[in-house]
Amino acid sequence: MITNKADIIARLRQDLLALQGFKPVSSTDADIGLGQINHSFPNASFPIGAMHEFISADKEDSTATGGFIAALLGKLMRNGGASLWIGSSRTVFPPALKFFDIDPEKIIFIDLKREKDVMWAMDEALKCDNLVAVVGELQELSFTASRRFQLAVEQSRVTGFILRCNSRNPNITACVSRWKVTSLPCLLNDDIPGVSFPRWNVELLKIRNGKPGSWQIEWIDNRFHHLSSANSIALELQKETG
Amino acid sequence: MARRFLVIWFRYLKTDWLTRRQPTLQKLPFVLAAPDHGRMVITATNQFAEAQEIIAGMVVADARVIIPSLQVIDDKSGLSDTLLKALAEWFIRYSPCVSVDLPDCLILDITGCAHLWGGEKIYLQNIITRLKTLGYNVRAAIADTIGTAWAIAHYGNNSGIIETGQQTKALISLPPEALRLDTETAELLHKLGLNHIGNFIGMPRSALRRRFGYHIIQRIDQALGNEEEIIYPVYPIEIYQERLPCLEPMTTATAIEIALHRLLETLCQRLKKEQKGLRIAIFKCYRIDGKIEKIEIGTNRPTHNTTHLFKLFEIKIETIEPALGIELFTLEAQGVEDVTPFQEKLWQTTSGLDNINLSELLDRFNNKFGTNHVHRYLPDEHYWPERSIKSTASLTETLTTTWKIDRPRPLQLLSRPEPVEVTAPIPDYPPMLFRYKGKLHKIIKADGPERIEQEWWLQQGQHRDYYYVEDEEGHRYWLFRLGHYADSSYQWFIHGFFA
Repeated sequence: MITNKADIIARLRQDLLALQGFKPVSSTDADIGLGQINHSFPNASFPIGAMHEFISADKEDSTATGGFIAALLGKLMRNGGASLWIGSSRTVFPPALKFFDIDPEKIIFIDLKREKDVMWAMDEALKCDNLVAVVGELQELSFTASRRFQLAVEQSRVTGFILRCNSRNPNITACVSRWKVTSLPCLLNDDIPGVSFPRWNVELLKIRNGKPGSWQIEWIDNRFHHLSSANSIALELQKETG
Repeated sequence: MARRFLVIWFRYLKTDWLTRRQPTLQKLPFVLAAPDHGRMVITATNQFAEAQEIIAGMVVADARVIIPSLQVIDDKSGLSDTLLKALAEWFIRYSPCVSVDLPDCLILDITGCAHLWGGEKIYLQNIITRLKTLGYNVRAAIADTIGTAWAIAHYGNNSGIIETGQQTKALISLPPEALRLDTETAELLHKLGLNHIGNFIGMPRSALRRRFGYHIIQRIDQALGNEEEIIYPVYPIEIYQERLPCLEPMTTATAIEIALHRLLETLCQRLKKEQKGLRIAIFKCYRIDGKIEKIEIGTNRPTHNTTHLFKLFEIKIETIEPALGIELFTLEAQGVEDVTPFQEKLWQTTSGLDNINLSELLDRFNNKFGTNHVHRYLPDEHYWPERSIKSTASLTETLTTTWKIDRPRPLQLLSRPEPVEVTAPIPDYPPMLFRYKGKLHKIIKADGPERIEQEWWLQQGQHRDYYYVEDEEGHRYWLFRLGHYADSSYQWFIHGFFA
């Protein structure tokens, strides 16, 4: 009887998720290599076809955030497909995207002067179901606009990323998640010269129907590594190189 | 109904055309010449040069003996072809069936056309006068057959109109060349004393054929109308334009939308039938006060999709000011290309750049924001960071070289390097401290230098020594020193941020 109840609750939860816009994803698309972060997501997989909001305070942090987004984008685009990167003061250097396993020629950059135009372009782009993802650089995002975007992606199954730098008003939005990514100092010992792989402190501040959390991850060899495991890899690499 | 043909012979086609373009050449003897076996040979003369017995085929040096001040202008190959084609298209106002007869004739099938001008005489006069005002000196003749008309135009003396069935009479006194024979046959006829067509036209056909070949029989038959001659008419290129006049002047946006819809539908239907798609289209509204309001759109790939094109125009409809009303709408496709049908896929999981929806989305961006907002980047073979990418507007352009990832490149690159204050040990070590925007960064880890030389064939300047550095908080920067450490004028800059 008890197991029965648990089953029913699990099924009802699934139904609720579907009603809230989390469509069940096929197993091949599901895993984008985020490891234990997956446990925080509903359905235990990164929400595709949803809006993700990233906030950052300064240029350095927004670069780290951009790196994390690029890494996610690379995973989403691994089966081919194109993405849009829309911004009003974009400084992304396309060749660097190659380090995140993206073919930079598959990204189309839209550079617009006004935030209003960025909003319009985002709205149009998110409705185009032939895209994999759309990244938008915005400073402010109103609740209404975010709800519009979220409703659009629920139809088109495009994944939307919004990069908010220097936002004056961290208001509530209809996005499925809110992230904050900051960079971490590298792990190498003082006597080893050079700079190691990118390392980030990834905080999932909000996630609808999931558990927020905080992780330290490293981007090595086109894969995410959680810091505990990354540690050992770095040590192994040290051993290899002597 | 008897067929009637008009042959117009442009006696000085190229030189008349040149005189028209350069009025200074008027009343001067000049020739056109082209190199042939190392000599300049005259290809066309004007009437003043011809009056001094300079003819085509002469060597320029010989002609200069006759007229020392002779002007010689270079001839272009294919000139008479283009000129005649343009003239033929112009002549469609006189007859729907106009054909080019190289090197210097036009043949018009004027069956049933002349009476519209009030008879053949006025018709012919009209043509000759109009060509004369244009500056062309022509001879023209009308007859039942092309052969007779050609003969009269070139060799005839009378009015140029041969009545129906009078071919033989008209031809009798003309030389054999008038039958469009090749030079050898004509020479042979002259040698035999057959100096007029009348001398041999009555001869038995078998005898003529045995001595001069089948060609002469064919030419005689064509001139007399016993054998049909086929001409290939010129078809002018039809422009892709649709018009919609209105009974009442239109003032509302809805009316404009309806007009646009109708025009688009008819135009797209035609394009679809011809397997074409438009790249540039202009929608013009003619207002009753004489002003023309227009909106223009462009597309990434040729398309004849009415809904998509309407969407592109729709954004701009509000810019039209109808004022007192619009009486005529026109839609013109200025750029038209062949459409490659899009292959439908059964399993369309994720598609790349070659995709109709995506190009339609970009069309909308281009039309709303104007050009130069949509960028796609391809690698370019330069080490200098700013030049290592090139922007392209095309979605289909492929890579010519690979993306280089052997050296670190920052995720964010400042469009213009910003100067920073730096403390660095001598001479090639990475900096220890740097101050950027008032904040002091202590460098813990560093990689470099990577020296990138200025490409002297593109721009003068000093080299850059790049360092990839990390400060105590884990932020990563791309710094460079411009110039040699030994020079006192070196300077440090920040150029990018790493993830």
